[in-house]
Amino acid sequence: MSEFASFDQPVMMKIDKIIDESNGTKSFMFKYKLDYDPGQFIMVWLPGVDEKPFAVSYLGDGFFGITVLERGKFTKLLHQMGPGDRIGIRGPFGHGYSFPDSVKNGKGSVCVIGGGCGMASVTVLIEKLQNNNPTILMGAATSRSLFFKNRYKNLTLFTDDGSEGIKGYPTDVLEDLHNKHEYDIIYTCGPEIMMSKVFEFCKKHDIQFEASLERYMKCGIGVCGQCVCDGQMVCKDGPVFDLQALSNMNDFGKYSLLKSGKRVSLQEYADWRSC
Amino acid sequence: MTTPSLDTNLCGIKMSNPTVLPSGFLGTSKSLLKRVADSGVGAATIKSVSFEAREGHKNPTVIPFEGGMLNAVGYSNPGAEETAREFSNLKDVPIPVIASIIGTEPDDFVRVVDKLSANEFSAIELPLSCPHTPGFGLLAGQGTPESTGKIVAAVRNASKLPIFVKLSPNIPEIGNLAKAAENAGADAITAVNTLGPGMIINIEARKPILSYKVGGVSGQALRPVATRCVYDIYEAVKIPIIGTGGISTGRHAIEMIMAGATAIGVGTAIYERGIDVFRKICQEMETWMSENSYNSIHEMIGVAHE
Repeated sequence: MSEFASFDQPVMMKIDKIIDESNGTKSFMFKYKLDYDPGQFIMVWLPGVDEKPFAVSYLGDGFFGITVLERGKFTKLLHQMGPGDRIGIRGPFGHGYSFPDSVKNGKGSVCVIGGGCGMASVTVLIEKLQNNNPTILMGAATSRSLFFKNRYKNLTLFTDDGSEGIKGYPTDVLEDLHNKHEYDIIYTCGPEIMMSKVFEFCKKHDIQFEASLERYMKCGIGVCGQCVCDGQMVCKDGPVFDLQALSNMNDFGKYSLLKSGKRVSLQEYADWRSC
Repeated sequence: MTTPSLDTNLCGIKMSNPTVLPSGFLGTSKSLLKRVADSGVGAATIKSVSFEAREGHKNPTVIPFEGGMLNAVGYSNPGAEETAREFSNLKDVPIPVIASIIGTEPDDFVRVVDKLSANEFSAIELPLSCPHTPGFGLLAGQGTPESTGKIVAAVRNASKLPIFVKLSPNIPEIGNLAKAAENAGADAITAVNTLGPGMIINIEARKPILSYKVGGVSGQALRPVATRCVYDIYEAVKIPIIGTGGISTGRHAIEMIMAGATAIGVGTAIYERGIDVFRKICQEMETWMSENSYNSIHEMIGVAHE
């Protein structure tokens, strides 16, 4: 539909169709070619409202989609839109997941862990890793915040409260799974506390590891410094970082910047983001 | 043949090369200052700090276009106290660090200066020239000789550090404004802040892209204006100039130095050429200087006036 596949400025794209993913989550599909690597992000602009980063959760020949949980004003307005309505998209930006030689061409043992909304960031990755038949673990606070639970056959679900799947966290079973599968690499996107536990596990067992970080972003193109995490710009150097990079990032699993640039604990940051 | 020296002395501040990270680019944390130092910058400016914390404008706040960039970030910053904490132990950063301070009234600037007095900043910069944030810069009437003089004099009384005054390219008689800053005790002029404000409209959305609608123009589109401003200021004052606006190559840097700059700011080019742009510009300057028989930066300053 468009001869361009990446965009410096927002391009107004028509919503082609909307998929109700249940539990207050919808996917918005666009008939555009997007040169997107799994783990990258796009900036979504609602003119006159705000602009926010999203992962691409559906990607095919000439189409892509994003998956959005209704949470605040921005996502509420997005959820009110219908097919034919237009929103602004710029990107894709950043540095996505990488595929080391150990997992190329379907060889190698892979585990993908998605936590909550982070599941949207790993779907395109999972599809790219089809030939590796990856272990897929998905965790959420409660059954009401699970989505994509029917998208993959071999998916193991976890909820903090046990309302669906296994009660507990994906990290609870990593040791057993690794003994069985001997993972070459574990990819994850989700709450940073969970990701830092997986990071520690991978460090201990010498497994390659990649995680996608979330920080409040402004420019999205590596100039403003808002999304800094220990000298790394999450929008440009990330959002995906490997084990070695994360080992040098003291803020990982601990601190994040509020909109003012104030550095606070991840808990305080999460409280601000969820309101 | 000896390699030319890029050593620069900016009102007593020793720099290994003339490149400066301007305020508003990457200066949000000490960790990023170390990163730009690793990327070869000569000195770095922190993101402008006000006494109270500010969230700034909503997104979109920065938008690139074919002539550079348009921004209206709106001075988001965590406030003076938090900034003093973030930039403590500045000896960890191996380059001179400049504190960019903003306020509305002269006293507001002084309150921030006091909060940062224990930090080891090498200089204070006063951007009296922002074109897109109510209560600050041009929108607070700070771009007049009278207002500039008052603010500089107040900060002069409050600090012994070198004071840089950052001017707007919008001012027709920019030499007079620079003169007012010099007379009030400024040690250097930073020229220039962003131009405008400008506007970019998405025609399908039928709306300006920036949430604040308008923003300052930086990058290529600004460069000839910035060069002319530096040229005019050089004729008007004796204090050194940090020439800033659209510099992305060694040739641009040398052009700005020949117009009268002692040091040069590089910001928008980070987007175009990556964070290593500082090292690239320095290498390009060295090559050109070798080929053209210049041994030092000093020999080139203001030569376009001869």
